Amino acid sequence: MSENLDTILQIAGSTLRLATPLLFAALGGLISERAGVVNIALEGLMLVGAFVAAAVAYATHSPVAGAGAAMLAGGLFASFYALFVVKLRADQIVAGTAINMLAAGVTPFLCKIFFQSTSSSAALPMDSRFVSAPLYGAWIFVIAVAFGLGFTPWGAWVRFAGEHPEALDSAGVRVNRVRWMAVILSGFLAGLGGATLSIFLSSSFSRNMTSGRGFMALAALIFGKWRPWPTAFACLLFGLADAFQIRLQGVVLWGSDPVPVQFIQILPYFVTILVLAGVMGGSRAPKALGQPFLKH
Amino acid sequence: MIELKALRKVFGAVVANADVSLKIERGSIHAIIGENGAGKSTAMKMLYGIYPPDSGEIFVEGRLCHWRSPRDAIAAGIGMVHQHFMLAAPYSVFENIVLGVEPLWPAQRQAMREKIKALSAQYGLAVDLDAKIEDLPVGIQQRVEILKLLYQNARILIFDEPTAVLTPQEARNLFANLKKLKSEGKTCILITHKLKEVMEASDQVTIFRAGAVVGEVKTSETSVDELASLMVGRKVSLRAERGAFEAKNVAGGGSKETGPVLRVKNLSLKSSLRDLSFEIAPGEIVGIAGIEGNGQSELLQVLLHPKEYHKKMSGEVSWLGVPSLSGSKTLSNSEIRALGVGCVPEDRHQEAVLLKRPALESFLLGFQRRSRFKKSVFIDSSRLAQAAAEAFESFDIRPRDPALEMSKFSGGNQQKLVIAREFEFSPRALIAAHPTRGVDVGAIEFIHAQILKARAKGLGVLLVSSELDEILALSDRVLVIYEGRIVGEFKHEEFSTGQVTEMDLGRCMTGVAK
Repeated sequence: MSENLDTILQIAGSTLRLATPLLFAALGGLISERAGVVNIALEGLMLVGAFVAAAVAYATHSPVAGAGAAMLAGGLFASFYALFVVKLRADQIVAGTAINMLAAGVTPFLCKIFFQSTSSSAALPMDSRFVSAPLYGAWIFVIAVAFGLGFTPWGAWVRFAGEHPEALDSAGVRVNRVRWMAVILSGFLAGLGGATLSIFLSSSFSRNMTSGRGFMALAALIFGKWRPWPTAFACLLFGLADAFQIRLQGVVLWGSDPVPVQFIQILPYFVTILVLAGVMGGSRAPKALGQPFLKH
Repeated sequence: MIELKALRKVFGAVVANADVSLKIERGSIHAIIGENGAGKSTAMKMLYGIYPPDSGEIFVEGRLCHWRSPRDAIAAGIGMVHQHFMLAAPYSVFENIVLGVEPLWPAQRQAMREKIKALSAQYGLAVDLDAKIEDLPVGIQQRVEILKLLYQNARILIFDEPTAVLTPQEARNLFANLKKLKSEGKTCILITHKLKEVMEASDQVTIFRAGAVVGEVKTSETSVDELASLMVGRKVSLRAERGAFEAKNVAGGGSKETGPVLRVKNLSLKSSLRDLSFEIAPGEIVGIAGIEGNGQSELLQVLLHPKEYHKKMSGEVSWLGVPSLSGSKTLSNSEIRALGVGCVPEDRHQEAVLLKRPALESFLLGFQRRSRFKKSVFIDSSRLAQAAAEAFESFDIRPRDPALEMSKFSGGNQQKLVIAREFEFSPRALIAAHPTRGVDVGAIEFIHAQILKARAKGLGVLLVSSELDEILALSDRVLVIYEGRIVGEFKHEEFSTGQVTEMDLGRCMTGVAK
């Protein structure tokens, strides 16, 4: 009995931990998408955040500095993205993919320069890592984003920018300025999300360590119907799938051999597909999502 | 008072406004009329700051104005109710009204609400501030737009085709609101091409034609006929002349069909259509009259796409003698079309044309598999181009450039193209849904003539329209639909002899009388 309880608590704990990077990234994506900009670049922004956090935390022995630097790096990359999609009105999917590929290439390159290895950074000592702060931080951000979007003028502008940009423009608010801000903010958050991967959940940066979490965050916010609390819930769901996956590795379910680990690792991705394909019906994207805004 | 002096605006090679000068009195309702492309919208968009004029001057209350954007115009007290509302559907009325200057704390919010409520009481624009826009009918949404302008202290309100999206009742409401605005000292500018509304609502009329002002009259001193002639530059008949289109007077006239073109028996669809039965004979136009939202759209969908609805519906339908719905057997849309059913759909932009593509592609749309335009698996582009060129000529589609993007054509010319396409394969039945919606006066006349010509050639026509005038002018028989039921049937003779009046029909349409 108590063994079962232990198992449940363990899984609950690791669900919360594993949901943390998703929460940050999904909130970032949410802000950007509510403002009307598809943010498929989350994956790349997270990856950049993960590397910068590891490098800075390693150099300064301060996880806070690492997280701060990751935030800035995410913001920097995001503003690069915004330059293309907001100002130059490039296709958001194509530009987002380009950012992802750029991040996938730049991070191992920098890793080679700093750590003489393209595959991973040097292991971080305990004092350079977070123990639990991001766990709480993520939920504070959920509250902040929910409040900000729902109850502040800035939040209203973001929502109108994604729903009816012409209306916002005719009310005297600069739509593209709002979108720039939203995309940069989403870069901050995705960068933080990446940081939690390298300096909270593990102790180093490794190549492509996001392994699709940016896309999963995107799935979470779509499943959450572009609303903060349901999105947070979706992140927990994916976190749970991940926790199960880890828990089930090497466990003998039937017969004498454990289930091959590759099959088990599919679980979170499988849940993502199920959620997106099945449960998602009836959700409604911001109306101007993906459409560049061009004044008359 | 507003004065526009010698405004000129050129887009590329098109002179939208050549030399527009006009004066609008303070506290009046001023109608700006003209066909699509006559330049009325361009002139008003310059007044509202969307386009800067190439030359010329704008004076508002005696002051020379240079707008950099609509924001400057708004600040000077000019507001515009756009055809597509500037309202975000999922958010509340309050949020939409205060957009741009949101309240920061509860007391401020309360004060703003009070101000809006006071305005809505003053102008008789009742609306629930907490309702979501998407839950409100279009008429109320428009009310929110007006309220938003008043909240921004607009003194001059420009309405761009305000009744295009309204039901007749809502339109009447709007006119009452306009009069109320006027009595409170506001100036209303009404861009429209519906002349009856001009007569009903305005004090003064400015007529645009080909980028210039061609007339300025007092409403009390003019008539619909005079306005129509001024607008088009020639005499137009707004009442289609059926006599000229009797079978014997039209080449290729005379019916070759024998059985009914369309037979509908006990057709029901969930809660939207209830037990409809009617037939259309060859050479007959049957008009479906009714206030929008009483099942017309559903009827059209079911007749054309029975396959997609058959689980939810019952009854029997046959087109040209071929059952398209009977028991579990249904035909697909393309099978029905292949029988010889032409269709002018309800929503032109959604269902009939490809706005962002060359007109040629819209001309082919739906017929791309027909052997006439095919060369093995490819499209026979030379033959297509030739057919399009001929159709552009015979249906007078302007400009005569099939390679031009569809959206660059006016509504009337888009609709002419749709009709030309549907007639290209000599259909034997025609569905015409709101054939003249968003179409200018000159083109209305042309389209009506085409429908009557089709009738003379023996086509059975199902005409659905919310314009009672149109129904009465064209139909041999009128069926009145109310809450998904046919509640009345009238013959053309009954109207032409005055046995039945428009009032009788109106009562029927609102479910008051049979």
